[in-house]
Amino acid sequence: MKFTEDHEWLRADDNGLVVVGITEHASSQLGDVVFVELPEIDTKVAKGDEIVVIESVKAASDISAPLDGEVVEVNEAIVDDPGKVNEDPLGEAWFFKMKIDDLSALDDYMDEDAYKDFVG
Amino acid sequence: MTDLMRLPLHDLHVELGARMVPFAGYDMPVQYSAGVMKEHQHTRTRAGLFDVSHMGQVVLRGGDYAQVARAMEALVPVNIAGLGENRQRYGFFTNEGGGIEDDLMMANRGDHLFVVVNAACKDADIALMRAGLGADVRVEVIEDRALLALQGPEAEAVLVGLNPAAAEMRFMDVATLELAGAECWVSRSGYTGEDGFEISVPADAAETLACRLLEHEAVAPIGLGARDSLRLEAGLCLYGHDIDSETSPIEAGLSWAIQKVRRNGGARAGGFPGAERILQELEDGAPRKRVGLRPQGRAPMREGVELFAEEAGGAPVGVITSGGFGPTVGGPVAMGYLPAERTAPGTTVFGELRGKRHPVKVAELPFVPANFKR
Repeated sequence: MKFTEDHEWLRADDNGLVVVGITEHASSQLGDVVFVELPEIDTKVAKGDEIVVIESVKAASDISAPLDGEVVEVNEAIVDDPGKVNEDPLGEAWFFKMKIDDLSALDDYMDEDAYKDFVG
Repeated sequence: MTDLMRLPLHDLHVELGARMVPFAGYDMPVQYSAGVMKEHQHTRTRAGLFDVSHMGQVVLRGGDYAQVARAMEALVPVNIAGLGENRQRYGFFTNEGGGIEDDLMMANRGDHLFVVVNAACKDADIALMRAGLGADVRVEVIEDRALLALQGPEAEAVLVGLNPAAAEMRFMDVATLELAGAECWVSRSGYTGEDGFEISVPADAAETLACRLLEHEAVAPIGLGARDSLRLEAGLCLYGHDIDSETSPIEAGLSWAIQKVRRNGGARAGGFPGAERILQELEDGAPRKRVGLRPQGRAPMREGVELFAEEAGGAPVGVITSGGFGPTVGGPVAMGYLPAERTAPGTTVFGELRGKRHPVKVAELPFVPANFKR
C-alpha cells in the first residue's frame, strides 16, 4: 500500500486496478463522515483533479485523483452508509478503482513507514 | 494564534481526550474521542456535560432590582421589570438600526440581574452596558466562575443526585443550589432543545463538580461540535451567523421574545435602540425571514450557500446562515433567510453547491421537538 501527502492510500488489486481510499489519519481528522459524492465510472481523470466530495459533521473536503487514468469502479456502499469511512477506511470503505497505464507510477508515493513519519 | 486563553476545566478536557481548538479567543474542546455524532446522540438520549465557561457572566446591581431592570430595558426590547424573581428570560441587545448586537439570558436574582452573554461579544456587551445603564447601575464582570451546561433527558435525574431541589425547578427558573459543596447559580435552560441546566460554579470548585457529574453513568462530556448540531436542530440562533448587527429580531423570527408591554400600545412601549424599525416590523412584518431548511439530497448545505428561486438562472433570493448534518434528523438541516413570500413551510428553493443547484424545502423550526420541563 502506498500513501499520498493528501492522506489517500493506493494499492494495486489482483486485476491490475489501483484502489484508492483515505487513511485512518484522514478519517479521524475529518470526524464523522455524513456524505460522499463519487465520480461517474468510465471517467478519464488527470492527477490532481478533484473527483470526490466528502463531507463530515465539520466540513467539506475534496479527494483528488492521485494518478492519471480512468475511474472504472466506485464504492456505492459508502454513499449509502458514509459512516463506513470512519469504521474501516483502509478496507471496506475504499472510494474508487482506477485503470492506469503503468503501475510503476505508484512507486512515486510514500510507503507505510514514510507516511507514518509524514503524519508524525 | 497568540495567547489563547485557558479556562478552569482545560486540563480536565485534555485528560478526557478532547480535541482542543481556538474559539472566541479561548482554547475549547470541539469534541472528545466519541466524536460529534455520538456526543450529539448521547445528549438527546441521556445527558451531556458542556463547558461553556467562555461565555460572559455579568451581575448588574443598583439600588434594587426594579431600578436595574428599568435601566436594562433601555438596551433590550424585553420585559425585564416584569420578570418574576428567580425567573430567566431570553433577549438581545439591539442597535439604532434595529439590528442585534448580541443575544443573551437575563435572570431576576432578587436584588440583582444576572446576565450571560456570548463569548465573542462579551467585551462589547460589557462596554455597552457600562455606557448604557447609567451611573446608578454597577456592571460586575464575574471572572471567577466557570459555566457548565448539563443537557438531556437524564439531566434532572443526574442533578437531583447532587441536590434534590433541582427537581423543583421548571424551564427558565433560576436558583442558588449547593452542588458538590459549592454554591452554584443554576438555571433550567440550555442551548440544545433538551431539558437541562446551566450551572455557574466557582472556578476553584468547577473541576470537582464536573467530575462528580461525569461519574454518573448517564453523563458524557460533549464538545462545541455537538453543541452546534444540537442547537441547529433545535432551531436556535447562533450570534454572528443566524443573527447579527444587521438582522432585526422580527426578521430572525424572535418576535416572541419582545413582550406586549414593550410593543406599541404597551405600558413601556419602545425606549430601546432601534425601536422605530422593530416596532414597525412587529406590525407590518419584515421583508425577509429566518426559516428552517431541509436540503432534499444528502449533501449538507452550510453557512454561505446561496438560495435561488429557480433551478437555473436568476439572482440569489436568500442565503444559508447555519447548516450541516442533523444527527437526530438523520439528514442535512439548515437555517437561512428568504423573502417573506417564500417562507411558507413546504416552499421549494434551490441551494447551490459546487456549481449545481439542489432542491431545498422550507421547514418548520425546530427540526427536533423541544423537550423542556415547563
